[in-house]
Amino acid sequence: MATKVLVLLGTKKGVFILESDAERRSFTLRGPFCETWPMNHVIADPAIGTIYAGGGDAWFGPAVWKSDDLGASWSHSSAGLAYQEGEEPIKAVWSLAPGHGGLYAGVEPAGLFKSGDGGQSWGHVAGLRDHPTRPHWQPGGAGLILHSLIPHPDDERQVWVGISSAGVFHTTDGGDSWAPRNRGTRCDFLPEEQRYPEYGQCVHCLVMAQGMSDRLYQQNHCGMYRSEDGGRHWDSIEAGLPSTFGFPAAVHPREPETLYLLPLNGDIAGRYVPDARAAVWRTRDGGDTWEALREGLPQKNVFFGVLRQAMATDRLEPAGVYFGTNTGTLFASADEGESWRCIAQHLPLITSVETLVVEA
Amino acid sequence: MPNDDSRARPPVVVMLPAALVRLFPGAMRRLELPASTVGEMIDALDARWPGMRDRLCDSRPAIRRHINVFVEGRRATLDTRLAPGTEVTVLTAISGG
Repeated sequence: MATKVLVLLGTKKGVFILESDAERRSFTLRGPFCETWPMNHVIADPAIGTIYAGGGDAWFGPAVWKSDDLGASWSHSSAGLAYQEGEEPIKAVWSLAPGHGGLYAGVEPAGLFKSGDGGQSWGHVAGLRDHPTRPHWQPGGAGLILHSLIPHPDDERQVWVGISSAGVFHTTDGGDSWAPRNRGTRCDFLPEEQRYPEYGQCVHCLVMAQGMSDRLYQQNHCGMYRSEDGGRHWDSIEAGLPSTFGFPAAVHPREPETLYLLPLNGDIAGRYVPDARAAVWRTRDGGDTWEALREGLPQKNVFFGVLRQAMATDRLEPAGVYFGTNTGTLFASADEGESWRCIAQHLPLITSVETLVVEA
Repeated sequence: MPNDDSRARPPVVVMLPAALVRLFPGAMRRLELPASTVGEMIDALDARWPGMRDRLCDSRPAIRRHINVFVEGRRATLDTRLAPGTEVTVLTAISGG
């Protein structure tokens, strides 16, 4: 049976899909889809092969788009994707995740919704916005956005979310109540005596290790972290990395100790790759040690950055790794990051990268 | 007996922007609808093409910030009254890119 690998891209001007076989040597490009709307996160539900894309158009507002035929045709809906009358309206969908028999969506201004009918209609998981800290949530540079979303793989009552800039929150009762999960992560942008608050951290990307639901990794505005207890405590894993700043994080599809990060030079240094030389950084021991992966990546005059959802792995063996830049270039590795190739360029700014493997 | 004069009242003429029509297969750029306010007009559009209200209005509720609805050359709100036979032009604003 032939295997297809799809690389799903959210961009500032629509959805693009790259497709290859298991060799991942040559990719074909399709798109733009979704009427060139700004698309913040494009995912696939591997159980049913449906592709979902969440975004928001300046004219027409937020919506989740859906394709049941690998991108050949699309529909969109935002039924129920709204706050109460009088509240600030939802501007865009920023994160999507299948789980617990449905589909979750994170939005701006930060909030969580769930659909039980494949994205056709949505219900507000209101407990998050009822949290007593909400009046004090501050927006990050791009807005107050729920951009990381992890449904527990086995427990329908547990979900983790990451909000810029309110921090990580976790529910154990299906979303009725939430607790901050930020102990040990820093806020370097606050006075020294306030640098480890209960909430308010600018988390950039939250991911769960494969097969270890208590092991979380986090790329934060202020550091990189690992948790062994579902986010109750975080330990810094930034030693050995070229900076404490970056956006995306991607876990290995099988190895819980392997994580890929893409540190940038700093939040006030231009937010491009350190020393203008591109590298993905990999740990194989949960963040204790790191190695720079540069083979095939440009090493001179490189001034791109990579945004928080724009790096992903695929589940093939060896695992593929992909990242898309804010300059519209997509790089791919078919050997766990040992070597890289540019597989698409001249695209719009890439906001998200995810993968889908299809046994055709 | 309910007083329903919608069938006797000349409809309003609605002009929709191309970018909106592309989102709803089968939708038309120019059509006639019975409506006495802009809000009713949008409800009628949504009845014909479910989801169109969400593309034109946000949850405040109000016409989306980067959508303009013109009635007799003036920007309208949801409450703007429509005389029978009025032409209503819905446009995407330049501020929305």
